[in-house]
Formats: sequence, structure tokens, C-alpha cells
Amino acid sequence: MSNILKKEELPYCRGCGHDLIARNTASALEQMEVAPEDVIVVTDIGCHGIIDGCLNTHTVHGLHGRSVAIGAGIAMGLEERGKKIIVFIGDGGSTIGLQHILEAARLNLDMTVVVHNNMLYGMTGGQTSGLTPCGFRTTTSSEGNPWTGYDLCALAYTSGAAFTSRITGTGNISGQLREAFETAGFSLTEVIEICPSYGVKLNPGRKLREIIEGSGRLPGRWVNERDPFVIKQERKTSDLLKDLDVIRVDHDNRLAGPVSIVISGSAGEGVQHSASILAAAAVRSGCHVIQKGSYPVTVGVGFSAAEVILSPQPVIFCGTDVPDVVVVTSGDGLSHCRNRIKAMRSGWVFADRSLDLPDTGAGVAIHDFRSVGARSACLLALFRTVADTGWISPEALHRTAVESGLPARMPVDRMMEMVKT
Amino acid sequence: MQEKTEKQVVIVDGSRLVTEAMARAGAGAFIGYPITPANLLYQYSARRMPLFLPAPDEISAVQWMSGLAATGKLPVTATSFPGFALMLESLNMAFMMELPMVIVLVQRLGPATGTATCGAQGDLALLRGMISGGHQIPVLCGADFESAWRLSAEAVHVAARLRTPVVYLTSKEEMMTKKSFDLSLLDYITAAEIPVFSGEGTYRSYEPGENGIPSFLPVGNPAWQVRLNASTHDRDGILKHSTAEALGNTMRLEEKSRRHLGGYTHYEYDSQEGAEVLVISYGVTASAAREAVSGIRESGKKVSLLVPGTILPVPDEYYDMSEKYERVVVAEENINAQYARLLFGEKLPERIRTMGAVGRMITDGEIRKEVLT
Repeated sequence: MSNILKKEELPYCRGCGHDLIARNTASALEQMEVAPEDVIVVTDIGCHGIIDGCLNTHTVHGLHGRSVAIGAGIAMGLEERGKKIIVFIGDGGSTIGLQHILEAARLNLDMTVVVHNNMLYGMTGGQTSGLTPCGFRTTTSSEGNPWTGYDLCALAYTSGAAFTSRITGTGNISGQLREAFETAGFSLTEVIEICPSYGVKLNPGRKLREIIEGSGRLPGRWVNERDPFVIKQERKTSDLLKDLDVIRVDHDNRLAGPVSIVISGSAGEGVQHSASILAAAAVRSGCHVIQKGSYPVTVGVGFSAAEVILSPQPVIFCGTDVPDVVVVTSGDGLSHCRNRIKAMRSGWVFADRSLDLPDTGAGVAIHDFRSVGARSACLLALFRTVADTGWISPEALHRTAVESGLPARMPVDRMMEMVKT
Repeated sequence: MQEKTEKQVVIVDGSRLVTEAMARAGAGAFIGYPITPANLLYQYSARRMPLFLPAPDEISAVQWMSGLAATGKLPVTATSFPGFALMLESLNMAFMMELPMVIVLVQRLGPATGTATCGAQGDLALLRGMISGGHQIPVLCGADFESAWRLSAEAVHVAARLRTPVVYLTSKEEMMTKKSFDLSLLDYITAAEIPVFSGEGTYRSYEPGENGIPSFLPVGNPAWQVRLNASTHDRDGILKHSTAEALGNTMRLEEKSRRHLGGYTHYEYDSQEGAEVLVISYGVTASAAREAVSGIRESGKKVSLLVPGTILPVPDEYYDMSEKYERVVVAEENINAQYARLLFGEKLPERIRTMGAVGRMITDGEIRKEVLT
């Protein structure tokens, strides 16, 4: 009596290759002297998937096509080596979850996939599958399948599987299965069988070997010399909050209530970074801040906008209807915030000299912000904003910029001088 | 000028807090596929989580998570609707297999691909119906940094305790907007542990025990055979068509999240004596509701506020509170009053007022106006 198989009787139709695979899997594991508790059999949906109850191993029965992926997760999670993860899947599941097979092969996860290829969908009525050979008759192709089936072994092999084989599902196949189970890394064995309920009846007189030879998908074995998957231990932080700079209050602010500043420029011109400097400068000035970024999905081109709310009291809500100040330093930026500028009935717009502003109820301050270079224009505009509004001091902004290491990239001392004069 | 020394004011976004909170709560792995506006969670997780694996798609992500959970890990992921839609069948599997995991769902404007960089609160109806058979998985939702920290950690704890997938629901602004914040306000987080089989008696993978939750053993353990099954199954984890034991198992799954709801009912109820109006709001809109309530009270009017943290299953307490008011205003960032209808039915009673928005946040001014009308 097998120690892998719980029952002598298996629940398959007479002559079904699934029965052969189950018995030979058990036999191969016994030859290898692998204990049932060291084996995890993952089954897919299909006739092969009802084998769970007949096994003394750990069993996992998941979704159609996804057995290789959940098996992959188990392979990633098991820290103890020497466990055998064996995935049983049919031809239907292998095309639903083709990506999962390719991925497990690419990563060379330590597991074996046994494809029960009976050349059609046996459980649902004998329909053509993605692995049905050309010319093979099914219940949905009475004249024979007009298409060629996938070469699953070639796909797995070229994706990096350590071991791939295609075998004919007759006779004693335990040695061939054992070769797959003994592989360190990802192995896939495609067992070609013929469904006795549909395949045999719809293709009278045809023999399995002749069908295989005619399909062009011949038995064979293919090996990639590769090391199996290991999780690379990268350096991790033990606390994401420790990475943050704690900001001490060392400046004053002159805010009576919350104000919102919209900063709008071009991608790559330091908009988000400048907004961060402003936000940090405001916090060191005793303000509470909210900082939001906005940009198109192509982060390297087009507009880049940020919105910073400064408040002497805690701010809860992070939305803004109409800003108190709009800072705009480029054409992209103006296109993005043109309507917001139009909607302003008060407040200020700080704009680069090159821009043609729409009519607005806000005060307009025009400066040559881009004179310090495109990448520095935004920060210069913020220097001008804080100097003119007095909400926080230019010194707080300058000190924050210096401490962040910006002088190496931007002329922050010059900006400070420019707003003082 | 100097702040009190114990304060630790930083500028931080919600993604960083939620990632750190989940890691401290015992999340052992992050498996994901990047998607706006959940990308920051992905990036922080790469630096913080003990195990980080980039999946080639969201179906693989939840399948890998399930495999990891089967070995005893507590995996988490973060996504938005398009990714979540791909995850749905696998989440049904994890629910049926009773595998703990947390999915941070960062809502963005739909339908379909919608607008990746625009926030929304449009996925609640989907969450209520996401499990075939109508079963509910716990859905928790923070409304500010402190509650996001607390409830995302709690999501990990509930997943471990109940052996179930849990959704931590949030949205774009909550995860991407930076704010000045005092870290000293954050609660201490303990690490969750999955209740494992005591070793007494015979282990059956789906033997529920007195609390209705099967104790856990990892696949591959040398002592007991473990069987996990996504099909209708008996207590051994063997596929059964419709035996009383197998259907009993399915019915137990229906009861599980509700039976233990008291242990994870979280809300903020700010009631005012004499108020006739209750505002209910969650997630990003709750901040506007808080501002509105504060403004209304400053003007001398009375109003109460309920901010649900446990969104699903709906705790009875929400009904007990709502019944005390002549009028209830439910504010949420969608145009079909998803939570209001979930709470009070498709045909809303006259006393239930709803307000929504699409493609923008609801403002405190709008809520104030609705309450005072």
C-alpha cells in the first residue's frame, strides 16, 4: 500500500491518464523516500483536481488556472528546504494561467508542475483547448481542430525553467516524473494523455503515439543550468518614520488664518521640491501645513503643480476652492492653472514675465523668475511670495533651503539677496 | 519659540504611516503591482517589509499572497480599482480558504480606468458585494493620520484573528497628501499573531472550534496534514458537493465576520446634546465633515458627527445613533450615496439626506450648507 495515496481506488474513468499520473507520482515520491508531510500537492480545476481526498500529503485546491501561482507563493514562503511542491494542472488551467507558469519558470521557483494534457476540456464536455493538436476532434471541432496547440514546454524552457519534459502518458512514467521532482528549481512535465470519455470516442482508431507524432509536439527533455530561486536579502529600514526630519520651530509666522498657495510650473523644474522647502519652512515657522502634488501621468513632461496650505491652527480638510496665491513660472504651469487664476477675486498671482495672464480679480506681481534658470525659477518665486506677503520670513525659507543641501544646485543665497532689495 | 520637546513634528504622507503601521502590526510580506494612487505604499513597502516581491499582475499578487499565507506569513498589498478588480476571484478564494491578508484599496475616480490621479469614494458598493454568496469581509477605513495608523494596523490584526482577507479602504488624497504631523500622537502598535493549533486532539483544517474560527497550521508542517480548499468543502478541507457538513462550513463563513464584529467595531462619535442633525462621513470626506461640524458649532448651532472606522459589516451602533436624530446627512465622494444606501436602503427615507461629488472633494462649506438647510 502506498504511503502517499490514501486509497487504492482513484475516482477516474477507466483508461484515464490522470489515474496513471497520480499513481506514478506516488510511486516516484516513494522511490525518493519523501514523506507525505513533506509534500504539498496543489491542484487546479478539472478532473485531475478531485485527487485531493485520495492523498496523504498536504493538499491545496484553488482556482482554475491559478494553481501554479498559489504554489509559487508557497514556494516563496516555505523556509525549510526539502519540501516538494507539486502542482497538478490540466490543459485548460495551463492556458488560463499561462503567465503564472512563465513567471514561476522565470524565477526558477523550487516546484514541479505536472500538466495533465488530455488535449481537450474533459470536465466541461470535451471542448477544444489551447493544447489540442491540429486535426484532433473535439465536441466543438467535429472536423478536427484547425489550429496548432501551444508548445508549453518551449514556453517554460525559454522562460528559464530548470527542467522541462514532455512525456507520453502510458506505462510506467514514475522515473520521468522523479526526474522533475528531483530538480532543484522549477520543473514542468507535460504528460500527454487521451480522455477516454471524449478523445477516444471522437477520434476512433487513433492511437496516442500517432497523435503525438502528428502534432509536432514530440516527447523530450530540456534543461537550463540555473540556480533555484532565493530571496535576495536587501537592506531594509526598520522604521520608515525614523527617515523623517523632525522639524523644530525656530521662526515666527504672521498668519491670521489658513492660506493656500498654488505653485504651477513645468515638470523637471523643481516645483514639487520647492513646495517641500516651503512646507518645511512654514512648519519651522510654527505653521501647520498640507502639501499636495498634481501632475500628468507622464511625470517628466507637461505641467507640475503643487498646493501648499499654511495655517496657524491645525488644518483638517485638505481641499481648496480658490487659492490665496498662485505662483506660476512657465507656460505649462499657466495652462494648468489659467482657470483658477481667472476665478480669483482677491489674493495675489506671482507670475514670470514671459507669461500672458488672463484677467483676474487678484493682484498681479510680475517678476523675471526664470532669470535664475528654469530649475530655480519656482523657488525664487516662493522667496518673492513669502517676502511680499510676510506670512513667513524669507530667512526661514533660506535656512530650510540651505539645510536641505540646495545651494549646490540652486543659487539660494542670490535669491535671498534678490528679494531683500 | 521652542516647541515642547516631546513633540515630533514631521511632514509625512499617509502611505508612509500605513506601511509602517502594517509592518509593526506583523505584516510579513508585501506583494504587489504598482498602480496610481497606491504607488507610494508599494515603494515604502519595498524598503520596509521583511519580504517584498513584485508580482507580474494583480491576480498573481493575491495568489502569491495566498501561498505565503498558507505557510504562515501575513501578507499585505495595495492597489486601486483596476487592480482590485483583477484580484476579486482570488480574494474569494482566500476568503473560502480562510487565509489572512490585507488589501489596501486606494480609491480613485472610476468607472474603469477613470482618472488615476483623482480621488473618489466609489468602491464601497463593490466591497459589499465582492464575495459570491453575499458574505462580507471586514472593511476598515481611517479618516485622518491617527486613525489611519490605528486602523491599518487593526486590519492586520483582524485578518490574523479571523483568518480572513481584510480591506483597508482609503483614497488618493489620504495616501498621497503630505501634512505636518506630530508623531508623538501615534499609538503603540503590537504585532499580530495568527492563532495556531494547540496540539491537543486531532487537527482538521476547518474545524471551527468554539469561536467559529479554525486554528491554523502551515502547509508543510511535519505534524498534521493541512488541506486548504476554495471549493465547497468539509471540515477536513475535502471538496464536497452539498453535504450538511460542507454547507455548514459555508454558513459559518457568513457568520464569522459578523460574530466577531464587536471586537473590531471602531468609530468616532462626536455627539452634541440637543443636536437634531447627525452627519455621517468616512475617509477623506470625514475631514470636511469635521471642519463643517466645528464651523456649525462655532455659529451657535448644534450638530453631531459619526465617523465610521469599521465600514463593513455595519455595526448596529450606527443605527442606534442614527435613530436619535431627526435628520441624518451622509456625505461621501460619489454620486450614488453608496454608504447611505447600504445603511438605510435603496429608497432612502426622507430624513436621510445624501450629498456627494465626483471628480472633486466635498467641501466643508457644502456640508455646512446641507446641515443648516
